[in-house]
Formats: sequence, C-alpha cells, structure tokens
Amino acid sequence: MKTLLKIASYFALVLTIVPPILYFKSTITLDQSHMYMTIGMLLWFATAPFWINKKTDDQPQDS
Amino acid sequence: MKEQKLFKKIVSQNNEFERTPVPGNQLKSGKSFLGMYAGEHTAGTEFVIGPMFVAHGVSAGDMVIGLLIGNLLAVLSWGFLTAPIATSKRLTLYYQLERITGKSVVNLYNFINALMFCFLAGSMIAVSATAVGIPFNLAMPELTDWYPKTTGWIVAVLIMGTVITFIAIRGYNQVAKFANVIAPWMILIFVSAAFSALPQLGVHTLDEFIVAAKEVIWTGVPAAGFTKFTIWHIIFFCWFCNMAMHIGMSDLTILRYAKSWKYGFLSFAGMYIGHFVAWIASGILYAVFLQTNTNSNEFAPGPIAFQAAGIAGAVCVIVAGWTTANPTIYRAGLALQGIFPKVKTWKITAIVGGITSLAACFPALVMRLLDFVALYGLVLMPMGAVIFADFYFADKFGFQQEQAITNKKDFTWPALASWLITLLFCLFLNYYYGMEIFFLGLPGWFVAVILFVVFSRLKFPNLKTKLA
Repeated sequence: MKTLLKIASYFALVLTIVPPILYFKSTITLDQSHMYMTIGMLLWFATAPFWINKKTDDQPQDS
Repeated sequence: MKEQKLFKKIVSQNNEFERTPVPGNQLKSGKSFLGMYAGEHTAGTEFVIGPMFVAHGVSAGDMVIGLLIGNLLAVLSWGFLTAPIATSKRLTLYYQLERITGKSVVNLYNFINALMFCFLAGSMIAVSATAVGIPFNLAMPELTDWYPKTTGWIVAVLIMGTVITFIAIRGYNQVAKFANVIAPWMILIFVSAAFSALPQLGVHTLDEFIVAAKEVIWTGVPAAGFTKFTIWHIIFFCWFCNMAMHIGMSDLTILRYAKSWKYGFLSFAGMYIGHFVAWIASGILYAVFLQTNTNSNEFAPGPIAFQAAGIAGAVCVIVAGWTTANPTIYRAGLALQGIFPKVKTWKITAIVGGITSLAACFPALVMRLLDFVALYGLVLMPMGAVIFADFYFADKFGFQQEQAITNKKDFTWPALASWLITLLFCLFLNYYYGMEIFFLGLPGWFVAVILFVVFSRLKFPNLKTKLA
C-alpha cells in the first residue's frame, strides 16, 4: 500500500513539474498546464501525508 | 524525514537537554540536517524577497553573482563559526548565553527575539492573505503602502491570523508534519511557476532567457520609491538575512545534534535551493506580473503566483505563509514563556498570535521585509559575537570563560554592554554616515567582539593571568 502511495506521490510531482516545461516548449497551453498542476497538487496532498510522516514516526533514532 | 524529528525535538516544550550537553547517542546524521535546511529556507518569505530584488532594480549579472557569493559566505559562516562551537559545547544558545551573562540578560534577549518573531510571522500572515483574497477580488496592497487601506484587507488578515493562532494553540506537531508534506511539492512549485511564467515574456530558449533576464526581469531600474540595489546589496543581504542563525549563533540549538562540525556546511541545501533557485523564480514571476499589469503598483504574492501557476500557485502561497508563520508564532511563545514560566502556554500563544495578527494588517511588514530581516539579524548578532569571543579568545586574551556560571552570578555586564554599545555604534554609522542596514552587521560584529574582550578582561581577568 505504502509503495502505491509513494508511486502516486511521485506521479503528482511529475504532474507539477512536467506540464510547465511542456508549456515552456509550446507543446500545451497555459490553461492545460494549470489544470495538470492542480491535479498534481490534489494528488500530492491526498497521498504524501500517508507515507512521509509515517516514515518519520516509525524511524528509530540515529545513534 | 528525520529532520522532522530533529526539529520537533528542538522546539518541543519538553525540550530535552535544555541545560545539559546533547549526549553522543542522540546525535543525528548529515541527512537530517540536509533535509531540514532545504525545507526551512524554502518558505513564504521567498515569495517576497525575490520580487523585492526586482523592485530594487538589481541587474541580472549582479543578481546571479551576488546570490552565488552571498550564499557561499552564509554557508561558510554556518560551517566555520556556528558548527564548531555547537559540536564542541553541544548546548542551546540560551543556556550558553546564560552561562556567559546570566539569566536576566537572556530574558531580555528572549523578549526581543519574541518581538522579532511576531513581526516575521505577521509578514507571513499578510503573504497568505494575499492569496486568500483572490476569489473575493480583494484590493491588494501596493508597493508604497505602509498602512492598511481597505476594511476587506484587515478582515482577511485578521481571519487568517485567527486561524493560524488557533492552530498554534492546538499544538505544533501537526503543522510540523504538514510542513514536511508540502516541502518537496513547494520547491517544485517555485521552479514550475518560473517555467510557466517565462513564455509570457516570450522566452522559449536559454538564449532568449538571458536576453529577457537583462532587459525585462532584472533591468537595473528600481521601482518608484525604492533604492537601487547593487551587487554588494545582494551579497550582504544573502549573507546576513540569516545572520541571527549563523553569526548570531541561534543555530547552536540545532547544530548541537550534529555528529560533525562539518554538518554546518550542509546549510548549502537551504541556501542554493531556497535562497538561489526560489529567489530567482519568484523574481521572474513578479517581472511577468509587471509586464501583464502595466503601471500596476500592486504587490501581492498571491495573485503573482496565481497568474503563473494557477490554483496550485495560490495554494502554495497560502500554505507557505502559514507553515512559516505557525512555527514562528510557536517559537515566539516559547521565548516569552522563558520569561513568564507560570503563565499557561495557550495564553501566551494567544497573546503572541493577537500581536502578530495586528502587525500583519500593516503592509509595511511585507513591503519592507528586506529591511526588517536585516534588522532582525543585526539586533541579535552581538550576542553571537559574545559567544564566539568567549569560546575562542578567553584563554588567548586572559579572561574567564563563561563568566556568569564561573562566578555564580545571575548577571554580568560585559555581554550586555557589548550588545547595547554595538547597536548604538551601528545606529551611529547608519545615522551619520548613511550606511545602509544591510552592511552594518560586518563592522558591528568586530566591534562586539572587541568590546566583549576588553570588558571581560577588565571585569573578569583570568586569575592565572592576573597572578602572572
């Protein structure tokens, strides 16, 4: 489950960075870029909290 | 994300090792510090500082070279000044100061620190409010505004301030967790927004970017009412914007957990992601905003980010401001609780939140953020110089190290006198010689060190030296 969440989160980051680059290269429009970034944001907030802090809580202290 | 655990430990109310050195089995790896510095220095303030450089008419060359040099100096300050003392003593800044100058001076330091935190948090609440106001078509503040102009602005800020204060009262941990969640996404939003903004300036290649950088973004022409910034301004601002933390020794509290003094250099992650990439990106966003809103004097990070990155950009401004303001209010509360230990935490946090929210109504906090950040570092810097001189020069110049604890005193005057006289000296340089606030830290640091050495030599000479 955690792996799936991680994959979804990384995909969200891809949706955040790639569309603006495609817009920069004139492949998509600004509105499309904004839409993909919004989807990326929602996906990130829906998935990242379930594994980022989980990892912290479970991690043993360095010694 | 071990950095979250580290940071939680540092700001926790039940802070461990407040008055004892951090033991060896509690030390943290370099990865913890790398992540923490990257997250801490990519925050709400970055949405203001980058555009402010544009408003101050920095040229493109000065911007890039100034950022490279200034950030390097900041990293070296963490690495060579703060970290060696932190890993040698492994004590908090507050306890280290208490050992040198006594509890009463630490209380004064805490009070000033808390006030500064309130104003810093206030500016971040204002930044968030600029994004919250977008759907309500709120009239945004302008570059030259110092006072609130509309009721709508005051209402938006107060609502935002109330929500943030309430969350701060509820506790710190959830916000720290949320800050961890947004950090990687937020860093990407800065870069994405810049990519989205550039085509709006007609830029589609690197060559076109270089031309636009010189002719459209960092034109070298300041906005009306703003002074012209040179490369020296950029270098010194980059170096000293976190002066309270490195030269001012605030980060002793963090770096005391480092396994090696070399971890101080890991601050490069914060400097070159937050204070290089993010400042350049936010500068680009503001330039696009100016291009598409000709003759607009409006300065509001929310609409600026919304124009470039859509809803994601606006949300990024809200959460960036919020996650910066929240721990800052919390830290201010902790600083005040050190002075008033009997008052309940929630009451202190509520008072701090109230002061912060009221301060946030004044757009001057945002429009003059560069000056405020420089002032914040300058005011706290002399105590860092005192710690430095106490650590390195006590034996060399024949005075007692940690004079308050050595002599079992609650108050010793050399540190306080050095602090106050240094600030008067800086005020003198500013008032009579017109030296700008960004440059005062450097001469001020030398004056603070010299004064502390001289005063300590007079008041607390090393007994061995005296006998000899």
